[in-house]
Amino acid sequence: MSTETTTPSAGQAGQRKAPAGERVADWADGRLGIYGLAKANMRKIFPDHWSFMLGEVALYSFIIIILTGVYLTLFFQPSMNEVVYHGPYEPMQGIRMSEAYASTLKISFEVRGGLLVRQIHHWAALIFLAGMFVHMMRVFFTGAFRKPREVNWLFGFLLFVLGMFTGFTGYSLPDDLLSGTGVRFTQGAILSVPIVGTYISMFLFGGEFPGHDFVARFYSIHILLLPGIMLGLLVAHLILVFYHKHTQFAGPGKTNKNVVGMPLLPVYMAKAGGFFFLVFGIIAIISAIATINPIWALGPYRPDQVSTGAQPDWYMGFAEGLVRVMPGWEIVFWGHTLNLGVFIPLVLFGLVLSLPAVYPFLESWITGDKREHHILDRPRNAPTRTALGVAWITAYFIGLVGGGNDLWATHFHLSLNAISWFVRIFFFAGPVIAFIVTKRICLGLQRRDRDKVLHGRETGIIKRLPHGEFVEIHEPLSPGQLHTLTAHEQYKPVELGPEVDENGVKRKISPVQKVRAKLSKGYFGENNQIAKPTAEEYKEISEGHGHH
Amino acid sequence: MSSQQIPEDNLPVVQETAHGAVEGTDDPFADPGLPAHKPRIQDLDERAANRSERAVAFMFVLSMLSTVGFIAAYVIFPVDKIVYIWPFGHVSALNFSLGLTLGFALFFIGAGAVHWARTLMSDVEVPAERHPIEAPAEVKAQVMADFKAGAQESAIGRRKLIRTTLFGALALVPLSGVVLLRDLGPLPEKKLRSTLWAKGKLLVNMNTMEPLRPEHVAVGSLTFAMPEGLEEDAHDFQSQIAKAALMIVRIEPDDIKDKRQRDWAHEGIVAFSKICTHVGCPISLYEQQTHHVLCPCHQSTFDLSDGARVIFGPAGHPLPQLRIGVNSEGNLEALGDFDEPVGPSFWERG
Repeated sequence: MSTETTTPSAGQAGQRKAPAGERVADWADGRLGIYGLAKANMRKIFPDHWSFMLGEVALYSFIIIILTGVYLTLFFQPSMNEVVYHGPYEPMQGIRMSEAYASTLKISFEVRGGLLVRQIHHWAALIFLAGMFVHMMRVFFTGAFRKPREVNWLFGFLLFVLGMFTGFTGYSLPDDLLSGTGVRFTQGAILSVPIVGTYISMFLFGGEFPGHDFVARFYSIHILLLPGIMLGLLVAHLILVFYHKHTQFAGPGKTNKNVVGMPLLPVYMAKAGGFFFLVFGIIAIISAIATINPIWALGPYRPDQVSTGAQPDWYMGFAEGLVRVMPGWEIVFWGHTLNLGVFIPLVLFGLVLSLPAVYPFLESWITGDKREHHILDRPRNAPTRTALGVAWITAYFIGLVGGGNDLWATHFHLSLNAISWFVRIFFFAGPVIAFIVTKRICLGLQRRDRDKVLHGRETGIIKRLPHGEFVEIHEPLSPGQLHTLTAHEQYKPVELGPEVDENGVKRKISPVQKVRAKLSKGYFGENNQIAKPTAEEYKEISEGHGHH
Repeated sequence: MSSQQIPEDNLPVVQETAHGAVEGTDDPFADPGLPAHKPRIQDLDERAANRSERAVAFMFVLSMLSTVGFIAAYVIFPVDKIVYIWPFGHVSALNFSLGLTLGFALFFIGAGAVHWARTLMSDVEVPAERHPIEAPAEVKAQVMADFKAGAQESAIGRRKLIRTTLFGALALVPLSGVVLLRDLGPLPEKKLRSTLWAKGKLLVNMNTMEPLRPEHVAVGSLTFAMPEGLEEDAHDFQSQIAKAALMIVRIEPDDIKDKRQRDWAHEGIVAFSKICTHVGCPISLYEQQTHHVLCPCHQSTFDLSDGARVIFGPAGHPLPQLRIGVNSEGNLEALGDFDEPVGPSFWERG
């Protein structure tokens, strides 16, 4: 009671009582320092562009996967103990299966909404990987990986790779005929590793394949180890996005030293928050109308049974393709077998996958550019980079074609042999063709931009001159458009300098420097980029005969 | 890297003024600055703004109704009810209704929020300054000095014995973790070299679970067999069948091109490992006329009339053959184990 008498004195002197929300915030600030954080971030500016949403798709899918995944763990039994099925699904009556498979049937047929949550989980996983893939393409083709964002590019790259393996381990958990075949494939690939292959296989499976352990082991990898690392990487990724501030495309008022857009509160809170619900809603609707991974139609895993048309999830299809089209080379020597037919695809898979991780460092070495870059490149203005990216994607998708060679063969009545040879040849030739074609398209677009700047926009209005000639009226661009189309930087190729120094002594030029100069010429040399119009050129044309 | 060795003047030109910061109005490509804000209809017309408000509220109400629908569907539809819905075909009524109602409940929250942001919240673009990520020189100097002081106080540079032994200890301690992984599984030893097959083991038909007799094997049919004594409810059934699964076909002895294969057969009945030598899928597609078998996983194709050699696909060596004969009761029996490991190749296979 005595406290009541003392409290009014504290609130005296005409001070109003703060609203409840403010008092809660005060309480939190006294312990967590939230006002400092909010000051820096509440009105943080984010630029607007449709392509910036791609990463959000990946982020929200990840949250959806965690939410639905936790629900699934409530019912799933990660056990390979054998049971005989006596549930409501008639075709499986009396069939022997692992508890993992039986509990997945239970989730699908007995738990109300269980099937929906399972399908949302699987669809969200596919969309998560696809979202990361296109997000990485966006970052790559616009050069957003350049300084200071190389580390964040690596975080993103690791998220993609770990996402692939999280997806694979999750896909294997129901222990159905299709996923078990995929695990068998993995085990066969592991066996091909020289010297340690059989040891890794024995340790991973707790003995001979399939054994009784892999579901439980994959389970802890799938629900704890990999998602735990990914959550950490994801938080770090987002912190860096905030810390670096978002990149933006060139445009009037946009410089390398500012960021133009709308504030986090309220616009991006509403847009990004709303977008989470849109992504979740659309995945739920897809899961309502499109079945994914109907494990009940496949049956439980038996190492001596298989179904035709076996396909991994899309993100593993590239590796699958390499394995399918590789000639079966085996070298036997001194009592050992080197199974190159499987080992080379395995190594190639790792190499191709790791190229994107290396690229930012390669490019910055070639350009020698140590400055920060916050203005995005239009893909056309970095022709060689864009062409290399398209070449990589081409190799990836050619591999994907190989991964589905049986489906291509049956759906389009093609010969498997022809598809194999197509993939073998075009895994190498395809990227080269894609590189050349992409680069030419980029250079063509650069020329068009140049023409547009110098001669204006084609209006489509044809004018007949008094002497009968027809001309199209070109409308000059606005100052904003002129600036946007000429804002990109153009590097000059690195030169090695004279062969001899001032004393006539031959200079030492290391092979590394020569390679760098060659690459630099390939990136920025003559015919590898179109010089952007200069102010003088523009003035000469617009003042000389501006009507044209 | 080696970029320092390249003369400075050959580095790409640093274009400090490439973006913004234009020196004079003389430049036709100068940055004209942020364009003026274009008002939306909602900024000018209060009635339009009210319409937007109603649209947003309508979407939020739709979301609420969808959630009510979700709960209703959960209660109403039995979990096993199948209905026909065009164009999706026969679908689970519960999955369909729960998914759609949940989907719409979520979607309309998102659509409402985005519509609200786009029509009613300010869309004025404002610039915010960026600051270099790199610390200013004086900060860096301070950090370096602090680090130096700390390192000096620890004496780690001076007392090399401490430093060396510390690194040694830190390098060794993870070994305990590695050692702990040893019991994840047994050593490979010869485990991949042998199967359950042995001399005198009967071939059991996997469809009928009866011992196979030569008269049961017709030309043109593919039979799967496993060794007698292996029960489906055995603890290690899966691991054993993964190696012991057998394919039996009958080929006219004259059609068998490989001499050893003919010797190891019984009156043209040949037994090959069912496990593909590529990565271990079970082979299950048989072409009667050509005696080719195909693995459906990666399309390796083997010619069973010619020592099961690989005629197409990524497999690296033929399927191992099991030597079979007939015992005194007229049943097919194995005359030993496979003489080479079955399934995919491995380093120790030889």
